[in-house]
Amino acid sequence: MLGTTFLLAIRSIARHKLRSFLTTLGIIIGVAAVVTMVTLGNATTKAVQKQISALGTNMLQVRPGQGFGRGGGGPAPANFDEDDVQAIRDQIAGVSAVAPQAGTSGTAIYNGANATTTVNGTTLGYFQVQPWALTAGRYWTATEESAGKGVCIIGNTVRKNLYGGGDAVGTRLRINGISCDVIGMLSTRGQAGFGGDQDDVVIMPIKQVQRRFTGNRDIRLMLVGVDQDYSTSAVQASLTSLLRERRHIGNGKEDDFNIFDTAQISATLTGTTTLLTQIVAAVAAISLVVGGIGIMNIMLVSVTERTREIGIRLAIGAVASEVLMQFLVEAVVLSCLGGLIGLVLAQLLILLLAPLMQVDWLFVPEINIVAFAISAAIGVVFGFFPARRAASLNPIDALRHE
Amino acid sequence: MPSDGGQPLIRLHGVTKVYGEGPTAFQALKGVDLAIDTGDFVAVMGPSGSGKSTTMNILGCLDVPSSGEFLFKGVHVEQLDRDQRALLRRRYLGFVFQGFNLLARTSALENVELPLLYRGDAKAQRRETAMAALDKVGLAEWWDHTPGELSGGQQQRVAIARAIVTSPEVLLADEPTGNLDSERSVEIMQLLTDLNRTSGITVLMVTHEPDMAAFARAIVHFKDGLVERIEHGHAAGTAIA
Repeated sequence: MLGTTFLLAIRSIARHKLRSFLTTLGIIIGVAAVVTMVTLGNATTKAVQKQISALGTNMLQVRPGQGFGRGGGGPAPANFDEDDVQAIRDQIAGVSAVAPQAGTSGTAIYNGANATTTVNGTTLGYFQVQPWALTAGRYWTATEESAGKGVCIIGNTVRKNLYGGGDAVGTRLRINGISCDVIGMLSTRGQAGFGGDQDDVVIMPIKQVQRRFTGNRDIRLMLVGVDQDYSTSAVQASLTSLLRERRHIGNGKEDDFNIFDTAQISATLTGTTTLLTQIVAAVAAISLVVGGIGIMNIMLVSVTERTREIGIRLAIGAVASEVLMQFLVEAVVLSCLGGLIGLVLAQLLILLLAPLMQVDWLFVPEINIVAFAISAAIGVVFGFFPARRAASLNPIDALRHE
Repeated sequence: MPSDGGQPLIRLHGVTKVYGEGPTAFQALKGVDLAIDTGDFVAVMGPSGSGKSTTMNILGCLDVPSSGEFLFKGVHVEQLDRDQRALLRRRYLGFVFQGFNLLARTSALENVELPLLYRGDAKAQRRETAMAALDKVGLAEWWDHTPGELSGGQQQRVAIARAIVTSPEVLLADEPTGNLDSERSVEIMQLLTDLNRTSGITVLMVTHEPDMAAFARAIVHFKDGLVERIEHGHAAGTAIA
């Protein structure tokens, strides 16, 4: 019997193509909206997570100054120095590596080509805290590091700008008039989480940078790697008390440095994007419900319009449940068709919008399944009332209906 | 009309029908007694409001009497529920209406197939049976035409094919020629007569045209909710022979 009603429903839908399409339009838009929003939301969350994990997880960033910006007046807080790095390494448990950084911007020149770039002086610990693979060449040695040799590893953007993407290892580069030997080339890392091109960089031993570029022994940023077995918050606490002591900050006074936990930032940002996704999805879900009401409206109109047809079916010997099933199946088939079209539309929209939003294309099976199931359920819920009305018609009155 | 002492196919006994309640109540039937045998061709006549349509609705198992008995093949129809009556219609009855009542935008074949769909026939069998019925009414070549593409007479033929496709025992026709010109009307009546004779289908027909009623073997006249008189052995036998 279900096969028969299914056939009747398909025939009826095929007979009223335009009306069927208009009926399902609400569902199509609703499903497409929900799936697109949730998928793009998830893609954004993933993108944020990826960018943050590119900064390195299990890592603390230590900067002089209070929070972002400097805040308040008074003298600028002192930068860190080599002794601070040594103290952290020696005195705090759970620190896997400390990477001090000093840097400046400069103009790099090679063979007539020149480009403005960032010079970043650090130690080998840097590559330990945030692993960054080489595409060619090597990292510098411990000997080169302690001697502050003029060697450098270049980012992919620098390679593109100065070498046209070709091999740079073994060449000699001049930055602000100071020459250095290129010993390695870094793999692409992409945009930073907060803007800026991470690949537009020349990395050198910190001693070289301090001696030849900045002319002082200041360290403007320390990356502190935390062992897997230790919690970042515990390390952050001991780091805070150590630095307060070393910088002679009295009780009750605020820190003149700040420590960022990237894992914490990651969690916060992920939480925010997830919440935003949920809000947008909820708004889109409302359109699904509106779509369901649209189906109910048209089905009710359809029952009235087809009263005579129902009368004929009843006279021919259709029992009430068969008429009910016909209209119910019709509503469900319509809403499922709408759901399917909505899913396809959603994939197209995602394909179109993902590049614009600079996120990766993503297929989330769960949301597709859930959206489709909801569209089917809408067919049942909003199709039932009109179907019951059709089934309860009196055949004599229905046949007389004009 | 029972020709011998056997059980008639249809028997109405003291059937009344009241519409509405209280002071506005209208008594459409006031105690109708009627017996119809298998193979009869009965025309029902009478002015509007005489109760002929109500009787036909009851005979078609579309409506139930307010009181009295309606026996169809010995079954008390007045005691059956809605769905049981639907199944009875599906199995034993075929309907032809004044307004043809075909499904629009649906081919003649699919219209004729409709009762078979509810009966649950397989596709191939459905096709074959429906084509045979269309052939019986002389429209086999028009099977893929929709009602809009057919003349009134052709539409009524399709409707008759739909009514007989399940090989029912009774064909109920409500003013089957009401929307047709006299030439088409005679054709339809000849078709009904033919079906009655060759297939042995019992035909019950409401009409207000004496010319059409003349095709029947018996004419039941209704007046004021009662059977006024029954004309026996009318022209039917001679009109065609």
